[in-house]
Amino acid sequence: MSDIQNFKSYDPFADTGEEETQTKSFDYIHIRIQQRNGRKTLTTITGLPKEISQKKILKEFKKIFACNGTIVENEDYGQVIQLQGDHRLKVQQFLVDEKIATKSQVKIHGF
Amino acid sequence: MKKKKKKKKDKSLDTAAAASETAEAQVEDPMAMFGEKKKKKKKKTATLEADTPRSESPAEVDSIASFGEKKKKKKKRPNLAEFEAQLKADGGIDDVVEEQAEEKPENTSEESWLDSDRDYTYDELLTRIFKILREKNPDLVGEKKRYTIVPPQVHREGSRKTVFFNLVEICKRMHRQPEHVIQFLFAELGTSGSIDGSQRLVIKGRFQQKQIENILKRYIMEYVTCKVCKSPETILEKDNRIFFLHCEACGAVKSVSTIKTGFKAQTEKRAAQRAAQ
Ligand SMILES: [Zn+2]
Repeated sequence: MSDIQNFKSYDPFADTGEEETQTKSFDYIHIRIQQRNGRKTLTTITGLPKEISQKKILKEFKKIFACNGTIVENEDYGQVIQLQGDHRLKVQQFLVDEKIATKSQVKIHGF
Repeated sequence: MKKKKKKKKDKSLDTAAAASETAEAQVEDPMAMFGEKKKKKKKKTATLEADTPRSESPAEVDSIASFGEKKKKKKKRPNLAEFEAQLKADGGIDDVVEEQAEEKPENTSEESWLDSDRDYTYDELLTRIFKILREKNPDLVGEKKRYTIVPPQVHREGSRKTVFFNLVEICKRMHRQPEHVIQFLFAELGTSGSIDGSQRLVIKGRFQQKQIENILKRYIMEYVTCKVCKSPETILEKDNRIFFLHCEACGAVKSVSTIKTGFKAQTEKRAAQRAAQ
């Protein structure tokens, strides 16, 4: 009898909880680009999980991408990592590879 | 064809090419047993098998009077890449020829049941209906005319400004307020700008047409196409500070995320910024 779907006791419309934990505890990580003077650019990363040491991650970024960068404190966005140059795709790849975020949790902006 | 030519050349070199000749002949022999059709396919494999002897192209053989074992090995490596490239080209051409050969009978067999007393098959009818549809009603065949926007006209003004000429026109085409589009553009580009007297958008920074186009595409994906039916015929309405996308094709309503500028790093010199304030 229990094979019949209708007799099962769970409510199909109830929240499974899976989605919620995903969307709630994790805001998007935004990677943006800005143009500086001339053809120089700046990559900014906001929304990295707070459990991760931004300092350490910045150090990694600087080493891997061979660029300079800083952490900026911002009222609205908390700690923001700034990197010199366009490293958006590489940052995304890094975050996915290191299992910090899935690809869909990282939003790349810009041109 | 190519092969035969090569073969002739090889022959003229008689003694030296004898070794490769026999190799070729061996490959060619079984081909005689196959019919016309198989020949083509066999040829491809034959060129593959004939690998090394064939890569000793005539030009090279000229320079080497008697090719000893040693020299052969030396020449092998650079030639292999060349040979592979050639093979690829050969294969590509061969493929096309084969495809054509296969396609032809299909074309002629279309509606061939009319001449014979056999029944039509399902596949035949299927191709028939699609052919008719494509002729008379192309948008029903799934080849929907894709939503196209006029390509943005973008020009550089001075050394650090970009002018976007037909923004208003594009906005009209998308049924969107220019303000909303501009807001999105600026947020994505991480810059600012203004609309000048003749409805052109002046953007700070240097941007290429392709880059603007990419952002417009993303805008259309997020704020124009209906998420349910993919129709671009939608209206964006603001209700209680939240934007809703109303689809005119299927009636779906969906809220869309507000445009956030996000974090903006300081790119200007501090002195310049202070002066602007
Ligand atoms: Zn729709």
